[in-house]
Amino acid sequence: MSARISGAQTDAASVQTADAKARRRASSARIPIVGVIVPKRQLVVSAALALAILLLAVVALGSGDYPLSLVEVVRAVFATDGGFDTTIVLEWRLPRVLVAVVFGAALALSGAIFQSVTRNPLGSPDIIGFATGSYTGALIVLTLIGESYVSTAVGAIGGGLISAAVVYVLAYRRGIQGFRLIIVGIAVTAILHAFNTWLLLRAQVEVAMAASIWGAGSISLVGWDEALPAFALLGGLALLVIVLAGRLRQLELGDDAAKAHGMRVEPARLALLVVGVALIAVVTASSGPIAFVALAAPQIATRLTKSAGLPLVASALTGALLLLVADFVAQHVLPAAVPVGMVTVVIGGLYLIGLLIGQARKPL
Amino acid sequence: MTAQISPPEPSAPGPSSGPQRSRSATTRAAGLVVSLVLLALAIAASIAIGSREIALDVVWQTLFGGATGSTDSIVVLDSRLPRTAIAIVAGLALAVAGALTQAVTRNPLADPGILGVTSGAAFAVAIAVGVLGISTVQGYLWFAFGGALLATVVVYAIGSIGREGTSPVRLTLTGVALGAVLSGIVSAMLLADPEGFAAMRAWESGSLEGRGWAGFVPVLPFVAVGCVLAFVISRSLNAIALGDDLAASLGARVRVTRTLAIVAVSLLAGGATAIAGPIAFVGLMIPHVARWMVGPDQRWIVAYSIVLGPILLLAADVIGRIVLRPGELPAGIVTACIGAPVLIALVRRQRAFGL
Repeated sequence: MSARISGAQTDAASVQTADAKARRRASSARIPIVGVIVPKRQLVVSAALALAILLLAVVALGSGDYPLSLVEVVRAVFATDGGFDTTIVLEWRLPRVLVAVVFGAALALSGAIFQSVTRNPLGSPDIIGFATGSYTGALIVLTLIGESYVSTAVGAIGGGLISAAVVYVLAYRRGIQGFRLIIVGIAVTAILHAFNTWLLLRAQVEVAMAASIWGAGSISLVGWDEALPAFALLGGLALLVIVLAGRLRQLELGDDAAKAHGMRVEPARLALLVVGVALIAVVTASSGPIAFVALAAPQIATRLTKSAGLPLVASALTGALLLLVADFVAQHVLPAAVPVGMVTVVIGGLYLIGLLIGQARKPL
Repeated sequence: MTAQISPPEPSAPGPSSGPQRSRSATTRAAGLVVSLVLLALAIAASIAIGSREIALDVVWQTLFGGATGSTDSIVVLDSRLPRTAIAIVAGLALAVAGALTQAVTRNPLADPGILGVTSGAAFAVAIAVGVLGISTVQGYLWFAFGGALLATVVVYAIGSIGREGTSPVRLTLTGVALGAVLSGIVSAMLLADPEGFAAMRAWESGSLEGRGWAGFVPVLPFVAVGCVLAFVISRSLNAIALGDDLAASLGARVRVTRTLAIVAVSLLAGGATAIAGPIAFVGLMIPHVARWMVGPDQRWIVAYSIVLGPILLLAADVIGRIVLRPGELPAGIVTACIGAPVLIALVRRQRAFGL
């Protein structure tokens, strides 16, 4: 198990050792890890998030029509005899839990990148309409070529990139302004939504049914066969994010400051945006558009860690926890199982309203 | 990165931010006549064109010659006529509601759909149908009004918090967020209950197909009251366009006008949603077209909206019947396709929010 939940687990481990170091050097609030200065609060919060993810994952592994206790779950994971419990936990439930964790983290990273680059908490890919664009691309492929994971993924990535470019160009007028980007995103989303409906109405009933469940954003149909290639892709993209993280920090200081530090601003921004789009497109190809995790997770992480910029690790962990919670609610709390995308829409929309109220109340 | 959602707004341009033209009453009346002719054409197209090919003379005979009984006549009388009537009423209600919201909020991007008002009505209707088992329009009509009113008040209240008063940006974003939450819950309810899904799917996508007269008549008086209210407060709204303080000093009763406007918007948007489902963008586009034609006078804008709104919705409905023959694209989807580019053009405009 520890090897499987690699993202959360290794982070937790590194964070915990770092935390131990932190206690040893209680005098200094900032701890250098691999040459990077990380505030202590960020580490503590990340550790707590990782722990919460682990606990909820175990609970989720034990929940369902065939409930298992915590002890039984742990025993099933480490048992090598291949008993019934092991089959249920490892083959049926673990993919879904892992997918929730990894996809949540990927969405949150994508959101953090976009919000940093647009310098706007609302500049997240789900608001700006990239997720709907991915859905359109995938739908076109599904209805014209037929169902296969690779073609759907390619369609989703293509659709996401094209709609991203369209939104960006339409919103561009002597620079990009956050509010205009968002409204243009809403409008493009409306057009794409109309187009999607048209495609679905034209399609055969079976294709349309499958596509519309997918369109609501569900991770229930993702099995190992689809999860593993997606994990590999997302892992590669995460590496790219680590490479580009320094440039992201420079961009957060503003274009002029970044230029003054000798950075080439536009290529860096483009690279970051491409990685951000790719992250969300890979997720969308497997699960359909899952809204608002990319929007809310980086903001929640920023508030939890009280950090100045968007904390990438904490954002990813928050996203993982958010999607895990949302999927748990969608699967086990509501009277009928619904796609997780609907739960995240409701949670995220309420969060956005709260954000707006909070910002309005803030004294100038 | 500080949580700065809205760009600073140096000035919130009023609804009169379009071209400032003064028009003589004759020009305006002539424009209205032209619009009425267009409306007549749209009505004729809506009755004559459909997935079933019916010869024009058969349509004519059915309407004016008393030829009844054949399948063609039944289609014309029981399907196309009520459908046309619904498009007219829903179109004018949404357009007037849009004109009112834009004037009251001084927000050129306001629209009952974008501000989440129709989502509120749809949510309440879904609760009435799915949870309480109410299936008649008379029954869930009140839920639609209630939902629209509640959504309007909530969005307006949240948009007005803060010291700079009502912020167009925050208002728009709140409406979008609330709309997303409510329609997310509605979709979840529809998916969780497949039987309700079948009954409500067409309605939820804003389709005008297959409704008949029964669902349409009870809404009429409320839409009429909403339109009368819109005319009654239009003079005060002209004053409010100058700003609350100036309006008060000109003798307009700002609070009363706002309250009446919210009531009228709830009646109009709720009524339209009850008969046609949540349809966005009609209330956004039509007031802008009207303002472009007649200038900033709210009384003329309302009058033009009453004529132009039905034209748009009828045209959208007819287009929806043509593009997918023999299937249909819901009118709400077509209006989104037409309206979204308008929204983009508006937000790219030099003066939108002083962007």
